[in-house]
Amino acid sequence: MQAPEQRRPQPWPIRLAHWANVPLLAILAASGLQILAAYPRMGPRGHLYSLYPFQGAVPPSWLRLGDWLAGARHWHFAFGWFLALNGCVYVLYLALSGEWRRRLFLPRRDARDAVATLAYYLRIRPAPAQPGLYNGLQRLAYTCALVLGALSVLSGLVLYKPVQLQWLTALFGGYDPARAIHLLLLVLLAFFTVGHVVLVALHPRTFGEMVTGGRKPDV
Amino acid sequence: MSERILTRRHVLLGAAALGTSACDSSRPREGFLGVMERFNKRVQTGLFSPTRLAPEEPVARLTPPGDFPKYFISETVPLAPADWRLEVGGLVSRPRTFSVEELRRLPRTDFRIRHHCVEGWTAVASWHGVRIIDLAQAVGADPRAGFVEFRSFDQGYYSSWDAPSALHPQTVLAYGMNGQPLTPGHGAPLRLYSGVKLGYKMVKYLTTVHFLPEATGGTWEDRGYEWFAGV
Repeated sequence: MQAPEQRRPQPWPIRLAHWANVPLLAILAASGLQILAAYPRMGPRGHLYSLYPFQGAVPPSWLRLGDWLAGARHWHFAFGWFLALNGCVYVLYLALSGEWRRRLFLPRRDARDAVATLAYYLRIRPAPAQPGLYNGLQRLAYTCALVLGALSVLSGLVLYKPVQLQWLTALFGGYDPARAIHLLLLVLLAFFTVGHVVLVALHPRTFGEMVTGGRKPDV
Repeated sequence: MSERILTRRHVLLGAAALGTSACDSSRPREGFLGVMERFNKRVQTGLFSPTRLAPEEPVARLTPPGDFPKYFISETVPLAPADWRLEVGGLVSRPRTFSVEELRRLPRTDFRIRHHCVEGWTAVASWHGVRIIDLAQAVGADPRAGFVEFRSFDQGYYSSWDAPSALHPQTVLAYGMNGQPLTPGHGAPLRLYSGVKLGYKMVKYLTTVHFLPEATGGTWEDRGYEWFAGV
């Protein structure tokens, strides 16, 4: 197998997993908001948390999928498996192909570059040299997105089986905290997606690469 | 080829029709969502352990009794007739009826656990009553009865369960809540309570318990909610 540095920027397994996430995340977010609409509050009955700013506010209908609670639950529990499967295949591919070296954030290697890139975006410093496929800030963002996705699946499993998977429930601090975390993760993933789309719009070449795979580097 | 039967237009229209009918939220038991629902039922059955108990909650976590939601489908709080008795039958060797007093003479089980509603809220109360497994012994339930059906006088609200969940040590016919006799708002004189199912499976205002060889549906299950509904 080729070293990652000599491969096309986006090998086909990466592209496949990336584009599969688009409908999967949309379906899961929309059906999840329909489930939330059945009880649009955080906390157990009787002791509502006061920190949640949207207590009692139902998500708008155009953001929801599944018509009603039962329908949305069927959508959510049907497609949740495919998101988890896609994530597992992706991580397995990263590990076995060595692609993790190009894509994942390694603090010792990438921290300094991430700070320098952030300073460049904030117009504080000139652009740092960018060796390799991604800069440190990109690696940090993509690694965070992967972690958010994994936590979404795990907190979702808590909501699905809080008793049978009670060791996992305990890790999230209980069912009600897990439900708040599950929603918080959706918000963070939505912010990531908006930032991701804006940056792709500013660098259209990367969009073409994610479709075609891009060219092999001239070595 | 003189005429093309399968044009690109046909394929696209067909795929769109298949896609929408396969994922019809109003009939989630059919098509692709139905296939996945059956898969999820197998997953849930596989995850279920007859010995794993829902954790006991400390007293401090008790939901203030007035805040524990009351739920029924009748227009007003259903009230039991004066001659109320629970009928226990189906695949049993000694079918009979019970008054609450007679049920109290069977072994009593107490637990304080978290209630998980399908809507997403939780609440904590303590419950006491007789385990279904003790009732099954009292009436000589046939081991071939793989399902148990519970019916009520709340507009005929009902639900059927897989026997392993019904015979779980934390599945009781509850005649008391928070140390008091059950109130009409919470299903008096007798309701089903369990640590291993979502709220809509726990039938209140019970009239019959039937041990059956086949599953029947349920009030919410017949409308499209999942049948297994374990937690």
